[in-house]
Amino acid sequence: MIKILIILLQLIFFIAVSPFISGVITKIKNNARMRKGQSVFQPYCNLVKLFSKGEVISETSSWIFKAAPFIVISSSLGAALLIPVFIFSGQTYYIGDFLALIFILALGRFFLALAALDTASAFGGMGSSREMFISSLVEPAACLVVFSVSLQFGSTNIASFSGMHPVSISSLVASFALFLVAIAETSRIPVDNQETHLELTMVHEAMVLEYSGKRLALIEMSSYIKQMIWFFLIAQIIFPIAVPCSINTAQIIPWCLWYLARIFMIAGAVALAEVSVAKMRLFRVADFLSFAFVLAIIATICAILGV
Amino acid sequence: MEHLNIDSLFLFDPLSAFFLCVIFLISLPSAVYSIGYLKGESSGLKTALAWFLLVLFLISMGLVVSVRNVFVFLIAWEIMSLVSYFLVVFDTKHEKSIQAGTIYIVMTHIGTAFLIAAFLIMFKYAHSFNFAAIKSACSLMPPQTRNIVFLFLLIGFGTKAGIVPLHIWLPYAHPQAPSHISSIMSGVMIKTAIYGIIRFVIFILGVNSSWWGVLILMLAVISCLVGVIYALMEHDIKKLLAYHSVENIGIILLGVGLAMLFISMNMPYLAVFSLIAGLYHLINHAIFKGLLFLCAGAVYKATETRDIEKLGGLIKKMPQTAVYFLLGAMAISALPPLNGFVSEWLTLQAFFLGAFSVEGGYRLFLGLCAAMLALTSGLAAACFVKAFGITFLAQPRSRYAQNAKEVSLSMRAGMFFLSFLIVVFGLAAAIIIKLLAKVASAATGINTSSMSFSLNNFILSPQAGKGVYLSTPLLAAVLATLGIAGFAIYKLVNREKAVIYKTWDCGYYKLDSRNEYTATTFSKPFRIAFSFFLLPYRKTQKIRESFYHVKSFAYETHTTMVFKKYIYEPILGLVFRSAKFMRKIQPGSIHLYLSYIFVTVLILIIFMRKF
Repeated sequence: MIKILIILLQLIFFIAVSPFISGVITKIKNNARMRKGQSVFQPYCNLVKLFSKGEVISETSSWIFKAAPFIVISSSLGAALLIPVFIFSGQTYYIGDFLALIFILALGRFFLALAALDTASAFGGMGSSREMFISSLVEPAACLVVFSVSLQFGSTNIASFSGMHPVSISSLVASFALFLVAIAETSRIPVDNQETHLELTMVHEAMVLEYSGKRLALIEMSSYIKQMIWFFLIAQIIFPIAVPCSINTAQIIPWCLWYLARIFMIAGAVALAEVSVAKMRLFRVADFLSFAFVLAIIATICAILGV
Repeated sequence: MEHLNIDSLFLFDPLSAFFLCVIFLISLPSAVYSIGYLKGESSGLKTALAWFLLVLFLISMGLVVSVRNVFVFLIAWEIMSLVSYFLVVFDTKHEKSIQAGTIYIVMTHIGTAFLIAAFLIMFKYAHSFNFAAIKSACSLMPPQTRNIVFLFLLIGFGTKAGIVPLHIWLPYAHPQAPSHISSIMSGVMIKTAIYGIIRFVIFILGVNSSWWGVLILMLAVISCLVGVIYALMEHDIKKLLAYHSVENIGIILLGVGLAMLFISMNMPYLAVFSLIAGLYHLINHAIFKGLLFLCAGAVYKATETRDIEKLGGLIKKMPQTAVYFLLGAMAISALPPLNGFVSEWLTLQAFFLGAFSVEGGYRLFLGLCAAMLALTSGLAAACFVKAFGITFLAQPRSRYAQNAKEVSLSMRAGMFFLSFLIVVFGLAAAIIIKLLAKVASAATGINTSSMSFSLNNFILSPQAGKGVYLSTPLLAAVLATLGIAGFAIYKLVNREKAVIYKTWDCGYYKLDSRNEYTATTFSKPFRIAFSFFLLPYRKTQKIRESFYHVKSFAYETHTTMVFKKYIYEPILGLVFRSAKFMRKIQPGSIHLYLSYIFVTVLILIIFMRKF
């Protein structure tokens, strides 16, 4: 019973906190551009607004379009369960490891790409094609990062990344490679731009263009969760800390604070990266991700050399 | 007469039993499917011939994996090749069938020639055709001879398996056969080549140099990438699937190659684990590729075209076939919790676990192989978004697709059975892996009784000490619960009915199927990113009415088949040129031939005198 409660608590934690991270990133970006910007709680308002609205569904679409948002949100939340937050003695890592997490996220992406094709709109096809292009080039870099990290920590179990390891060159390089991967996966500049609906550049937004109302809210929610998962993984590789072993308030509160502080550091870095570079052409993204792949190779070599 | 003794002829160890199981698991639904598929296709006599060939094909494949005599093995192998040739050219309506059949029969006989050479070398040492005798003789073979035998076996079986660059026949032959035969050829027949590699290289020859494994790993990585990149460019749905067979043979060989590497390094646990991963992917590929070919056949039967650019919207006309194709596509894209995910995860874990045990450079090599496998699975997912999305979703792009109807019950039954297996082999991974351990143990001769690969019947755990777990039943339960909970909350909050309206068309008001994305445009980013390998070229032509008015525009784009153009065509050119030369010295004049004989005799006399 307590296990189910902990699992529920973790799901609620992800749902409750993840929009805030996006709000903070937007706020930092706006402030860096000398604007006042929207409130950090704007993503919540957007979600509430979308949830209270009706929907328009394309007449050419099939059940794939209607079912995809639920599959997408379940894949994001399922992946979030593999992250050690409140799971003190580690029950959920029986479900799967870091590699499984990458595959679970791929499940949601697959259905979103199909749903985009389902509406017979050229925008959807564009987004779907681009998204699958970018994500397939992300895979080798992500896989090699997992490889180098598992060489260091001895396992692909995410809970094992929390040993008291000193920061090494390998984990720094690996986390930078993962940072680039996360930028591509969370549709941030320079790979994609969440703020625009320009057909020449949009990727994720083009895929979800036909969605509205509650289903759009679910998709937005799942991108927030996905973003938090990636930020957590980066944070855990740079600053690996142990998950508390028992339910003890004296331990949990500092752990939670430190936990969130790390994620917001990464979010700050992403925001600064976004305001300081321009969006790339789609075919330059291949170079960008090759760079991430080369970094991952360097991280692996460092891990093999033990530095 | 001792050769006719059943015991000395047949071998039923777990390895043979496993392959027999694969053969019949795929053939049964394909046979049921063919009842509906052949109806109305051809005359009664021809249908009977199709059934006869199918049965002969199955018997020959069964013999290939269960005999214990090299001589009988070769006979069975040859029957299998010939029968499958007749099945490839079965559909005589298409001219392409003959061409495909010719390419197939030439390639397969080149492979068989290498096999015969390898077997003769083995025979020279063993003086017997029996597997057991050859196995004991192989340990006495000098290393150079072993290497040569290994390379011959690799070329021989590699041709059948479709390893790049010997894959050239596969995308021609598999699509041309009737669909239930394609499913058996792609699902099962090319697996007999993997059987050959495991049986003759690992079991009989024995692996003791590490470069064998490394060579197979490299070929496997190349096959994976080349297969999937060509598949992305392909718009013929059956050809696309055939290229995916090249890719998946690569993934299977990653497991087999790793096992060989670990055997030569004397790491029994990892060797068995890698071979399990390879065998698991083998049976998984047989299931989902068999299913996908059956679905492609259903689409072909319903629409009379295999060009996905002409399809679209079939999910509404053929709802059941669409679900089966979707399941197959998810499995081949390694999406959890289906079977393809489990075996790709196991293969990746084999690389990761192996990296802890090997030294220095090998670690990086294994890491890079794993990364290429990840790239392959990413590209495969993209390819199946394309294949499913363009074929089944959106609006029909031609009247073929508009008039499609769901296929007959027997065809759906065959597809249903294989879809069911996809789910079972995904969820029951921890039980299946125990059975596969026995097969791997029989193939490698390693005792696996003390090794454990799973925690219980639900949770996989390679090398328990590492704390790596995967539980597909748990994962499926979590994903299903979350999805259903999400839907329930949605239903609770939702008060109004969704408005069904046109897709947003930017105010154009005439959105039809011509505005949709096509397969060519979908794969364009990949064509550009991999242009160094695909060498795409395009031709644009303005069709003018007058100097000022362009009436229409013709546009053509192709990719260059690198292997065909730079390897096979030069060889073929050489053959034709030498044949032309031979024709010159053979003009048919009796005088010239007499003078040849005279000159030959003269030379011989001089030769005998002098030397």
